[in-house]
Amino acid sequence: MTAGLDPLRLTAREARRLLIDGELAASELTKTYLDQIERVEGRVHAFIQVTADNAAKYATEIDQEAGATRGALAGLPTAIKDNMVTEGVTTTCGSRILGNYQPVYTATAVRRIWGDHIVMLGKANMDEFAMGSSTENSAFGATHNPWDLSTVPGGSSGGSAAAVAAGEALWALGSDTGGSVRQPAALCGVVGMKPTYGAVSRYGLIAFASSLDQIGPLTRTVYDCALLLRRIAAHDPCDSTSVALPGEIELPSAERLDGLRFGIPTEYVARGIEPGVMARFERTVALIEELGGTCVEISLPHTDYALPAYYIIAPAEASANLARFDGVRYGFRAPGADDLTEMYEATRGEGFGAEVKRRVMIGTYALSSGYYQAYYGQAQRVRTLVRRDFDTAFAQVDLIVSPTSPTVAFGLGTRTADPLSMYLSDICTIPVNLAGLPAISIPCGLAGHLPVGFQLMGPAFSENRLLSAAHALEGAIGFSSVPTFCDSRDAARAPGGPYGEAGREAVER
Amino acid sequence: MIDHDDVRHVARLARLRLAPAEAERMTTELAKILDHIDKIGELDLTTVEPTAHVLAISDVLRPDRPLPCLSRDDALRNAPAVSGDCFRVPRIQS
Repeated sequence: MTAGLDPLRLTAREARRLLIDGELAASELTKTYLDQIERVEGRVHAFIQVTADNAAKYATEIDQEAGATRGALAGLPTAIKDNMVTEGVTTTCGSRILGNYQPVYTATAVRRIWGDHIVMLGKANMDEFAMGSSTENSAFGATHNPWDLSTVPGGSSGGSAAAVAAGEALWALGSDTGGSVRQPAALCGVVGMKPTYGAVSRYGLIAFASSLDQIGPLTRTVYDCALLLRRIAAHDPCDSTSVALPGEIELPSAERLDGLRFGIPTEYVARGIEPGVMARFERTVALIEELGGTCVEISLPHTDYALPAYYIIAPAEASANLARFDGVRYGFRAPGADDLTEMYEATRGEGFGAEVKRRVMIGTYALSSGYYQAYYGQAQRVRTLVRRDFDTAFAQVDLIVSPTSPTVAFGLGTRTADPLSMYLSDICTIPVNLAGLPAISIPCGLAGHLPVGFQLMGPAFSENRLLSAAHALEGAIGFSSVPTFCDSRDAARAPGGPYGEAGREAVER
Repeated sequence: MIDHDDVRHVARLARLRLAPAEAERMTTELAKILDHIDKIGELDLTTVEPTAHVLAISDVLRPDRPLPCLSRDDALRNAPAVSGDCFRVPRIQS
């Protein structure tokens, strides 16, 4: 490791300063992360593919580039969720059906930061087709949470979140359809943001649910989040649902929250929030008031209907989007079929994993003749009510806050047998996707030895307000713990208690 | 309540082959998930407009000007089977 660089603590802001001031070479910085990957990836499995040789080679080229011609993010080592297509680099979407897919173009969000000369370290692990909340649905094996290797990192961007938490990447891109950036960020103790729908182009993001999907950053700090978001957010003629933000993303510097009103939705905190998570949430709400903000209770009365509406709309859109995986133009094809229909059915039956099949089935059922109005039509109307709830609330408050996830990281394998229990992990994150709003999760402390996420939600295109408030709050929280790579399964068997030495250390910090 | 025949029917619509044990498990799982989803049936929404899309934009058009697109080689590069300049598939009719 390069002397003085700690990949568990280094921020993009600081790394960028060191590079610009000539105190650090891009090749040294990339080597720091490749070394950390070498050290911990065997235990974490944050990546589907590490592109180490390309990264090292590219970083060396950046070092030879004159300062003036370097891009805005030159030399910053980055992980990319494997549902963003990257020309020349295999893109699997966590699925067997795309196991050997070689993209012939590059997603706009990735192309933009490649143009800024970031260094791509590899493609991050994810739930297959981004369907899941634990990254256990990857066809290439689960990712482990670096805070406790016996727990999940959350999902579906669990590889991106774990890579940042474990110091295997300076920052990462993920995608969020129902919480898939924010929930893993919360469970891994990093910052994760879902921008307003349309702020970041979806061109080259392999579609899950097109009216909900949005690419977002996973970073160590709110400042870094703004730094990355401002480079990926832009109108793109290749995505007809992309729109230009009303103003540029500003790099946040606020330390106070004076004059800002925060709403706490009673429906979010009414039940089902773990006591440890609730305690951290309440402490953070108190900090808001100490910083000059005002907190009031608000109501989002249709919250209970958001989850069922989501689990109709997202699978319905997914069943249509995934129709393209038919063994004809790309991806896996099951051998031995006698006719075309048999080939389709065998290819999809063998190529998709269990959760993807469930969602395709739910979606096809909800869209099928005789059920369309009762399910999809009704869900779209619920979506209108969820949007109205937010509109009403934002007439009273500037931002809404909640826990990001009702629980801390749960044990690997503890929810896979009961799909519905997994779906309930997303109860606090799904409503903003339905309404197309921006939201950010920041770490707000530990419950036991595991991180807790605090979510701030804002009106459409309020990214600067959100980032500014999150920055002030982050400063007051002062979260400075780092993961210990403990494994409470081992520790439970060892003398010395459930979390062992490493776990106790994390608890005490 | 969704039953085994429904699951078979929907799997056919989705062009998804399910092994017998898989179809059985799917029936139980879908029944439980649909039971949760059915909650939205409680609401009377006859006067509520549906939201298909959150952005206030529609009919996004651009000038009708040809732009470069994928080359034939690129388009065929990932195909499991190719015949000349075409995707090759198993027979369509028996």
